[in-house]
Amino acid sequence: MAYTKDQLLARLQELKIEFSSCDHPAVMTVEEQAKYVGHLGGACSKNLFLKDKKHRLYIVSALVDTKVDLKILSQRLGLGKGGLRMAPEEALPEILHVALGSVTPFALINESARPVSLLLDKGFKSQQYWLFHPLTNEVTIALTPSDFDKFLLSIGREPAYVDLEACPVVGKENPPDLAHLVPDEAPNVPGGADKVPPTSVPAQTNVAKDEKTKQPTEKFKETSKVPKQKSEKDKPQIKVDVAADTTNVEKFVEKVFEKVSSEFISELTKQSNADKDNLNDHAFEGLKQRVCSDLLSMTMTLKNSVYTQGFHAGIESTLYPLLNKRK
Amino acid sequence: MASTAGETLAAAEQKEGEEEQVINPWEVSAKGGKIDYDKLVDKFGCQRLDQSLIDRFERLTGRRAHVFLRRGLFFAHRDLSDILDAYEKGEKFYLYTGRGPSSESLHIGHLVPFMFTKYLQDVFKVPLVIQLTDDEKCMWKGLSVEESERLARENAKDIIACGFDIERTFIFADFSYMSPPIYKNIVRIANCVTGNKIVGIFGLTLEDYGGKFFFPYIQAAPSFPSTFPHIFSGKYSNLRCLIPCAIDQDPYFRMTRDVAPRLGYHKPSLIESKFFPALQGESGKMSASDPNSAIYVTDTLKDIKNKVNKYAFSGGQDTLEKQRKYGANLEVDVPVKYLNFFLDDDVELLSIREKYGSGAMLTGEVKGRLIEVLSEIVERHQRARAAVTEEMVDAFMAVRPLPRMFH
Repeated sequence: MAYTKDQLLARLQELKIEFSSCDHPAVMTVEEQAKYVGHLGGACSKNLFLKDKKHRLYIVSALVDTKVDLKILSQRLGLGKGGLRMAPEEALPEILHVALGSVTPFALINESARPVSLLLDKGFKSQQYWLFHPLTNEVTIALTPSDFDKFLLSIGREPAYVDLEACPVVGKENPPDLAHLVPDEAPNVPGGADKVPPTSVPAQTNVAKDEKTKQPTEKFKETSKVPKQKSEKDKPQIKVDVAADTTNVEKFVEKVFEKVSSEFISELTKQSNADKDNLNDHAFEGLKQRVCSDLLSMTMTLKNSVYTQGFHAGIESTLYPLLNKRK
Repeated sequence: MASTAGETLAAAEQKEGEEEQVINPWEVSAKGGKIDYDKLVDKFGCQRLDQSLIDRFERLTGRRAHVFLRRGLFFAHRDLSDILDAYEKGEKFYLYTGRGPSSESLHIGHLVPFMFTKYLQDVFKVPLVIQLTDDEKCMWKGLSVEESERLARENAKDIIACGFDIERTFIFADFSYMSPPIYKNIVRIANCVTGNKIVGIFGLTLEDYGGKFFFPYIQAAPSFPSTFPHIFSGKYSNLRCLIPCAIDQDPYFRMTRDVAPRLGYHKPSLIESKFFPALQGESGKMSASDPNSAIYVTDTLKDIKNKVNKYAFSGGQDTLEKQRKYGANLEVDVPVKYLNFFLDDDVELLSIREKYGSGAMLTGEVKGRLIEVLSEIVERHQRARAAVTEEMVDAFMAVRPLPRMFH
């Protein structure tokens, strides 16, 4: 199941990512695109869809003016000279679920694109807005660097910015500096073992995906694993520990109280020129106790209510096909 | 050792009528008003919960012990150290508590064991099963089956409002949970305990209906993990059990502890509380039939104010001058007793005791502070209670695994 442009934009809105967008006739080159989107401000991107000899896939997203030398890039990835080529045309619809001329980092929102590695031009960072196709080359959207990173993190990706023009010498003394960006494996050949999970899509802020974002130190390689049945069975152990933290009511209230009280206190002390350290600790502890008791109660109510809804949804979804069969 | 303890206890129980105080699951009274807990602990044969155990709690859980522990409301135990020893080694346990749903209106005395159990669940991160004994109330109170079931569900809502974590809590009512796992355990237990023993422990006679002889086995069964195969299976099939309860429930679990080794289970451990004093003073348990003996969870701020001001027994002097001169009698003063259990701030409590005891503080002020504290608790409970839906009760009571019960 592939994401459509509308589903992607809906997801961006869910994530509170602001973007401006511009419709235009289908454009196949950056030059053509530039004609229509100049008013959006910001930098156009050129997006290359590449593959290596082992059929592993990459998207290289760069500023238009950045020189991308595939031979050098190939060496830096540890693929030897000439290891990188343009990906075959059929890979676009099959893996990225986009049409020719629409390659975009946003395509990585698709399950099938999990094993695709993303290299981002360091040069982007100096730009205020970045322009990409939102899964179709009939539209261009502009968003800020931090919002773009937010999107990547939301699909479980660690943004990898690379100086694409650098040409370090790769040899025994200097191992390939981008080797960590090579995906673990090639994507599943569709038609075969392609068990793309039935994405009941739009509001899919998967628990699994959220958990991955909470492990910022996790290497990029690991997040691009193919979602085979086996690896999903191995995942539960990590999943459970993170989820335990997320659903821990006391930790949650602690964090909320910390956040609110520290902001509040610094604002108050700013306004009244009072000394932060002179705060009456005992009184503050009392306040904290009272407030937190209420917060704990409310949060537990929320947790129980949410579990209840999920529980009933689970029952309904199990019964639904059985009831329908009877008809 | 277990059986001899049972026998001497039977003899002791027979003398009960002649004793000064009567404590059993259906009657709590003491001549002269005040319950002698030391005598009770000796008679029952349980152990006192001392400061070293409280310190151990704090060490193991990494935080301050619950106010009920610190102030001695939960004061006795059986084999609590075994549970703590095992926990220290990484061995888990589960909690088991319950309620006899005899009335729709709960007072704060009823909430006490649940508030404490919630604390245990939170600090140890362990699962909890809660038994609603609708069958018991049917037998003892003559309620219809349907009415008992209804009350059980209503009480479940107030229990849920105490803030239990649905990820590790299973609530069940005897009528609806009766099923192969629990019934098999009930029969196994029944095969170990004679009618004589039941008579000895619970004071029943042949005039009583047969169900009353059978019920103790039903209250015992949840102490064994195999009663809940959907929760405790595999490596948890011989999990230890800790039972927080009021001390009048001790007889049920004395019997259970006798039986456990014969069935190959750990003896359940207990952690027991005193009775929460009634507003009018320490003459027994709060009674659900006397609305002015307790603060109910449905009371409004006005009700609380009224009850505390009018009915809470005061240890203060009769006149202002006397009060200033002699101070209050803290031993009998009910508001101070209540604050002892509900005011978490040690510093403030100490200050109140000093000032009130010396006469610097008046009854009205102490009562005023108590009203504040109680209102906060009751308000919070009412808010949480309002959010409990029928679906939530269904979810808590659904026979389902609890995969993250230790996380």
